[in-house]
Amino acid sequence: MSRIITYAQALNEALAYCMDQDDSVFIMGEDVGRYGGIFQVTAGLQDRFGVDRVMDTPISEAAFVGGAVGAAMTGMRPVVEIMFIDFITVAMDMVVNQMAKMHFMFGGRAKVPMVIRVNIGAGRGTAAQHSQSFHAIFQHIPGIKIAMPSTPHDAKGMLIEAIQDDNPVLFVEHKKMYIDKGEVPEEAYTVPIGKAKVVRPGKDITVVATLNMVAKALTVAEEMAAQGVDMEVIDLRSLCPLDREAVLASVRKTGTLITADEGCHTGNMGAELAALVAEQALDSLQAPIVRVAGPDTPVAFSPPLEQAYIPSEQDIKDAVARVLEYL
Amino acid sequence: MDIPPKTVRELYRTMVIIRAFEEKVQDLYARGHIPGLAHLYIGEEAIAAGVCANLGDKDYITSTHRGHGHVIAKGALLKPMMAELYGKETGYCKGKGGSMHIADVNLGILGANGIAGGGLPIAVGAGLSCKMKHPGQVAVCFFGDASSNNGTFHESLNFAAVHKLPVVFVCENNGFGISVSQAQHQAIIDISIRAAGYGMPGVTVDGNDVLTVYLAAGEAIDRARRGEGPTLLECKTYRWRGHHEGDPNQGGRYRSKEDIQAWVENCPIKRFEQYLTKNKVMTKKQMQAVWEEVESEINESIEFAEQSPFPPLSEMYQDVLA
Repeated sequence: MSRIITYAQALNEALAYCMDQDDSVFIMGEDVGRYGGIFQVTAGLQDRFGVDRVMDTPISEAAFVGGAVGAAMTGMRPVVEIMFIDFITVAMDMVVNQMAKMHFMFGGRAKVPMVIRVNIGAGRGTAAQHSQSFHAIFQHIPGIKIAMPSTPHDAKGMLIEAIQDDNPVLFVEHKKMYIDKGEVPEEAYTVPIGKAKVVRPGKDITVVATLNMVAKALTVAEEMAAQGVDMEVIDLRSLCPLDREAVLASVRKTGTLITADEGCHTGNMGAELAALVAEQALDSLQAPIVRVAGPDTPVAFSPPLEQAYIPSEQDIKDAVARVLEYL
Repeated sequence: MDIPPKTVRELYRTMVIIRAFEEKVQDLYARGHIPGLAHLYIGEEAIAAGVCANLGDKDYITSTHRGHGHVIAKGALLKPMMAELYGKETGYCKGKGGSMHIADVNLGILGANGIAGGGLPIAVGAGLSCKMKHPGQVAVCFFGDASSNNGTFHESLNFAAVHKLPVVFVCENNGFGISVSQAQHQAIIDISIRAAGYGMPGVTVDGNDVLTVYLAAGEAIDRARRGEGPTLLECKTYRWRGHHEGDPNQGGRYRSKEDIQAWVENCPIKRFEQYLTKNKVMTKKQMQAVWEEVESEINESIEFAEQSPFPPLSEMYQDVLA
């Protein structure tokens, strides 16, 4: 049975379910215990599962991310929370050189089934070191799955999937979405990592979006429908594996591609999709590819500047207008 | 000293295997048979042998770029090991890891590691597994003097101490981080004093005395097995060869021949042989037999490696994801 709960509650249910099912699943991170995590995703779990399985760590990202690698290699399924994606940089060796490499480097003889939960996004007035959206960096590192659920439903299903996956998964949440509400089944279910979803079929313009850009794209699509433009909105849902076929199929149908992701413009998810289409579907294009993205700047604190940073519905509309010039 | 004679003989044999293996690698590398990098453990054998003699298959180790000695002492087989050094398909990692990444999780070897200080958090994680699921098992983390300046050292020791994890941090102080001497990279002499900052015992021992290492490691490991938390064990030793094979004049740019010679005379194997003879544990003839047996085992591993095929190019695309 479904009911309406928040994105944070959906994640919490996924964690509780997995910990209940499998005693090798445990949680580590800063303030995940009694405090319940800075965004309350782990609220109540320490009371239920104890201090050893919902472990408050020192402010030592390298130790607890690397600790998760060691625990995962020796039979556990750790889920670590990095309070903001910005802080993962201090554990980068553990992510890039250890976690992502072990399975390959050891000839498939070691597995690293772990999840790193991070959140991206500006909009909470947290300035340049707590608001970044540099998840695309990890797309450049073979060996890491990257999940990006855009709804409470997918948040629950993809987190269960991520925890049960034998690979390291970077689980990218958006800090503005934790209070978003949506229909979520009470029972457990999984949503695959690596399968994009056509959330609104259309024949004129393709928009491929991630996280909260999906909802913005849908809003724009409804507006444009009233003007006779039929937009197809694809929720990419994962950067690795990248569902190339879903993107290419849509581009071949509409002859267009707009990407929408909060990461800053240069080198973001849209860059990879643009390259993909240039390589494999150039002859289908009827209009330039347009990327809706954050600007190539750090996130400024001042509220009007921060708001201007965040890719908006208007930015998507502008992109659509640009594409329409060619159709 | 109540060490069973069988253990004493095994310690000797382990040290001999490591020495003979490394000398062979030195030669094969010089002749272009082994590609890439080779960081040899010659001169430091007493530490790997002395520590790992206290461990079982279910205990874990993390190792370093200079890892051949650790994995041999932990029970790695010479054939897949040598094949891995050659980059062959029959190697421990199907040829995809090489000298710096030999691993066998079934033997508790969580990998040699190419990043200085990279193994410390991983050992902490193995310690977490032991504490949560396998009480009585331990994780031993080998790392060097220079890695004790890496942030992972601080984070890992603090983490292990506050959660009382069954981890033994074995610092192999061989006096150099590549070319930079200990005096140039830290303002202390005994790294073990840092243990006090984490609330764990810190011990410094002569790393060229295998029985001392064996006993000190045994005490730290037993303490960890009892759930009493981690220990920092510093073993002072010396790297005879250069940082890697190809380091000119065995590090002649940054250390004197006299220094090297003094440590060569302090050879852990020679010292142990004197002990064995004096205490009538083994005769010279028995020791010679060990060398001969080991020599032939290593030659077999070389033959195995040389006859093994390289992995097919398709192997490159395997194991990126599980």
